Amino acid sequence: MAQYLLSVHGPVEMEDYGSYGSKEEMEAAFAATEAFNQKLQAEGHWVFAGGLMPATTATVVDGTGGTPVMTDGPYLETKEVVGGFWVIEAPDLDVALKLAAEGSKACGGKVEVRPFQTEEAVDDLLGQDA
Amino acid sequence: MTAPASREIERLFREEYGRLIASLVRRFGDIDIAEDAAGEALVAALEKWPETGVPPNPGAWLTTTAGNRAIDRIRRERKRDEKHQAAVMVYDDTPHAPTGVIEDDRLRLIFTCCHPALAPEARIALTLRLLGGLTVAEIASAFLVQETTMAQRITRAKAKIKGAHIPYRVPEAEDLPARVGAVLAVLLLIFNEGYLSSGDGDPVRADLTGEAIRLARVLHRLMPDDLETTGLLALLLLTEARRAARVRGGELVPLEDQDRGGWDRALIAEGHALVRTCLAANRPGRYQILAAINAVHTDAPTAAATDWAQVVALYDQLARLDPSPIVALNRAVAVAELDGPEVALAVVDRLPLEGYHAWHATRAELLRRLGRSADAREQYDAALAVCDNVAERAFLHRRRGQLAG
Repeated sequence: MAQYLLSVHGPVEMEDYGSYGSKEEMEAAFAATEAFNQKLQAEGHWVFAGGLMPATTATVVDGTGGTPVMTDGPYLETKEVVGGFWVIEAPDLDVALKLAAEGSKACGGKVEVRPFQTEEAVDDLLGQDA
Repeated sequence: MTAPASREIERLFREEYGRLIASLVRRFGDIDIAEDAAGEALVAALEKWPETGVPPNPGAWLTTTAGNRAIDRIRRERKRDEKHQAAVMVYDDTPHAPTGVIEDDRLRLIFTCCHPALAPEARIALTLRLLGGLTVAEIASAFLVQETTMAQRITRAKAKIKGAHIPYRVPEAEDLPARVGAVLAVLLLIFNEGYLSSGDGDPVRADLTGEAIRLARVLHRLMPDDLETTGLLALLLLTEARRAARVRGGELVPLEDQDRGGWDRALIAEGHALVRTCLAANRPGRYQILAAINAVHTDAPTAAATDWAQVVALYDQLARLDPSPIVALNRAVAVAELDGPEVALAVVDRLPLEGYHAWHATRAELLRRLGRSADAREQYDAALAVCDNVAERAFLHRRRGQLAG
């Protein structure tokens, strides 16, 4: 089993109902997303998921120097940001892509599918010079 | 027994390459391991066969030799890293007998190479590399990119297959039509690049058209009941049949001026038989209809004898499936033969295809027939400005020069 990050991308500018046009749309998307989450759990794909607060609430921390430096706002100033995500388990990309399509339909946003590093991939990285 | 020349061995190797790589990928679950092992098997064959002669079943010899080399390599590396290599050895993606779907190593691999999660140009390159056995240099020169660029493209696609766990598997029945469509699109793109090559080199690249046909034959053999695959193979055969007559003196020859005696009758007969199979099944799709249109053309003893009403009817059918302006443009070319250039031009003028060379070339031709030389000249210029095939450019140049006034 591999793990994938399914991140939901949407506009950085939020209206009254987040990225949705109306209260009804928002409620319908929340209900569909909840149903999708239930399905992920029932079928054994669920690892973790969550919606994120607006990007304006983010803080960037750079701890690579001597004293950590804090910067208000998201790491990249873009028009579209990650608004939420799922971490799922799937046997291969085909299954992950199908789930992403369902998740995208449910929450009404575009979904990026990205595989997690496997132990094997990390070993490959570490063992490159061996 | 005469010793085989290394050229002969390399030819045999290329012929077996797709099958060899596909079986190694299935067995070891890793494209890099498969390619390295295949390369080592070639080296072994080049050493051994000149002495022993070609074995009775060269494919089996190469598969066994490459398999042994792969296992040697994995054992060597396992000493370095027990856990990782144990994982590779047990990786076998054989699905639990999905009924009704044919399984074959090459079929799995072609679906992997043409996976929708890969960029279209990467799909083409991977298919030619892994199934066609073309070298990176050959693929790079066919698509006019630097060899390093092409190598990077292929490496990145292979890394994505591995890193994102794109499976080596024939898609499930419900997904099959869409996924087969992606494979067929890749084969048609390979063929088209060969049939109307871009750049200043050969106007037609028979190696690419031949490779596309070879792969289409493999796909058809593996999925004989898939009508769109049958349709695509027929389309490629009926188009390839006209290849020799299509360029004369470095200039593209339009269908109506081609020497039909130069058409390949065997390919036409084969293509017509496939089209008849499609017609009998009566479940038309895009490639089947395109094949049927080409069957009408190749059926006519002379250009004047072409059944244009039939061609237009087929394009009408195609337009219902695919209401794109390109289909409408091709339909209009047939309409010009049936209802005259004025009717056709009225249709063509409305299509949003500004900057597409075939649109400008078609308008130029229709305007020429209507005697509107100045307008035609303008359109020949527009077509020449965006046309990327040397033989077609030569043809457009000559037609432009023949305009009155």
